[in-house]
Amino acid sequence: MSTAPLPQQERSSRTGRKLMSALYYFTIIVCMFFFLLPLLWMLLNALKTPLQIVQLPPKLIFEPTLDNFRNVFNQQNFIRYIWNSLVIAAGSTILGLVLGLPAAFSIARYKQKKLAVFILISRMVPGITFLLPLFIMFRTFSMVDTYTSLILAHLLVGLPFIVWVMVPFFESIPNDLIEAARVDGCSIFVTFIRIILPISLPGVVTGGILSFIFSWNNFMFSVVLASNRTKTVPVAIFNFISYAQIDWGGLMAAAVVITLPVLVITILTQKYVIRGLTAGAVKG
Amino acid sequence: MRTGSWNDRNAYWLFPSAAVFVILLMMVFPLIYTIYNSFTDWSLTSGYGASWIGFRNYIEIFTNDERFWGSVWRTFYFTVLAMIFEVVLGVLIAVLFDAKDFRGKRVVRSIFLMAMMATPVAIAMVWMLIFEPTAGILNYMIRATGMQSILDAVGIGKILWITDGATVIPSLVLVDIWEWTPLISLIVIAGLATLSREPYESAMVDGANSFQIFFRITLPMIAPTIGVAALLRLVDCLKTFDIIYTMTMGGPGYSSETLNIYTYQTSFQYFNFGYASALLVVFFALVLGVSLIVTYLRRGLEN
Repeated sequence: MSTAPLPQQERSSRTGRKLMSALYYFTIIVCMFFFLLPLLWMLLNALKTPLQIVQLPPKLIFEPTLDNFRNVFNQQNFIRYIWNSLVIAAGSTILGLVLGLPAAFSIARYKQKKLAVFILISRMVPGITFLLPLFIMFRTFSMVDTYTSLILAHLLVGLPFIVWVMVPFFESIPNDLIEAARVDGCSIFVTFIRIILPISLPGVVTGGILSFIFSWNNFMFSVVLASNRTKTVPVAIFNFISYAQIDWGGLMAAAVVITLPVLVITILTQKYVIRGLTAGAVKG
Repeated sequence: MRTGSWNDRNAYWLFPSAAVFVILLMMVFPLIYTIYNSFTDWSLTSGYGASWIGFRNYIEIFTNDERFWGSVWRTFYFTVLAMIFEVVLGVLIAVLFDAKDFRGKRVVRSIFLMAMMATPVAIAMVWMLIFEPTAGILNYMIRATGMQSILDAVGIGKILWITDGATVIPSLVLVDIWEWTPLISLIVIAGLATLSREPYESAMVDGANSFQIFFRITLPMIAPTIGVAALLRLVDCLKTFDIIYTMTMGGPGYSSETLNIYTYQTSFQYFNFGYASALLVVFFALVLGVSLIVTYLRRGLEN
């Protein structure tokens, strides 16, 4: 199209563009609504009385009550479950970093492809493949329902992820930097701790946050390996629905309590979380 | 220079040694143990000890276990349905998101992240309330918009979502779409950001319209990224457990029992450790096989 458009055409194309733009934002808003609605629904119903929850049409404006939250915290050992979740998620993340960071560094520096593939495979195969033998092992050593067994099991969730995130990170560190430190007389171990780790902090944070969240969210390992002493919040919530009459308000309140910390961490560390989740998928 | 010190010379195995030890203890040994168990008839409920029965478990699985074949079919049904929607929607949303600069992109991205990072058990509970046939919002909207009368007229009647064998898997797929489409979108958005602007400029000069630009330029250029995103998703999709188990436990009947759920039930409901181990080996091989085939196909397409 080499000829200049006529003024009238230009005007109509401008309205067209405005219409397109309106349509564009409308579509974006609809998408957002779809992804946001269930979470809002959770919060909204957690603040309703049992009667209001089943009321139709659903009330959007009502006097919120905190009774559901009060019930959850009073009736159940809920604080205990939160504590368990916290200990297990933190424990498996710290252990995962201690084991995973040197391994990832080694894979990146010494090009240990086989080790990398092996860890990658462990990320691919179904967790239940490990869960049954681990259950049998822990049962043999009477370790079911202990923090140790749960932290070790959750390590299977976090460790591969930490390695997966960290290998490309360590690979991007220029070799000159390492050599320079070595010339100054640092052993490779000192170099790793004093130089490599500090400049890799964003990666460490990414791997750590994701490992923590995945462990916090984990259901399958906990439902098998945890019992009264070490029950985590997801398992506790699942147990709520085994009652004959579902207490939707309590259920939603419990769901909010477990999800809120995750969502807050996610939003505060958005940049890192996205980097971690898309790691390895996008080059550059 | 102390490059020749013992530590430095052995760093290549000292560094990963602790991780390798844990991997051997927690992954390799359990796997070997499972393979061993899969050749036994060990069951906690039988009261007998375990005895070696050779390939009998495997023969039983492949020739005589309808529940296994049903669960394999449902696993693929669930996965294929979810993958189609997640990839198509995920790519569309990503392209849409990338098309314009607007204020509040950070907020939009946060909402994407929230869906997939939220605790799956909590998500499952909300969707159970949404799907609830009488008090749930979904059926209420169907009634309020007058769609129920259409459904009644064609003889479908009230949709029971996860409590009806015919609709349970599509309903669970809807939850999975809600939860995981954002992953595809985020990866594709990251991929779109790395594309060079040059082909677009020349296309504009040539007067290409947006559809041509999308199908001839954008899509081919981000195809590898979509491939990786789909592969990552596929591997996890085959293993979906949390939402299915917490919402239906494989029911009603066996109508949402995927391979993961069936293996779980055999292991921890019936405690048939021998048979469950054989199922685990099959499941393991299946997921690994599908992943490797897809990886291989993708490599082939790229070259």
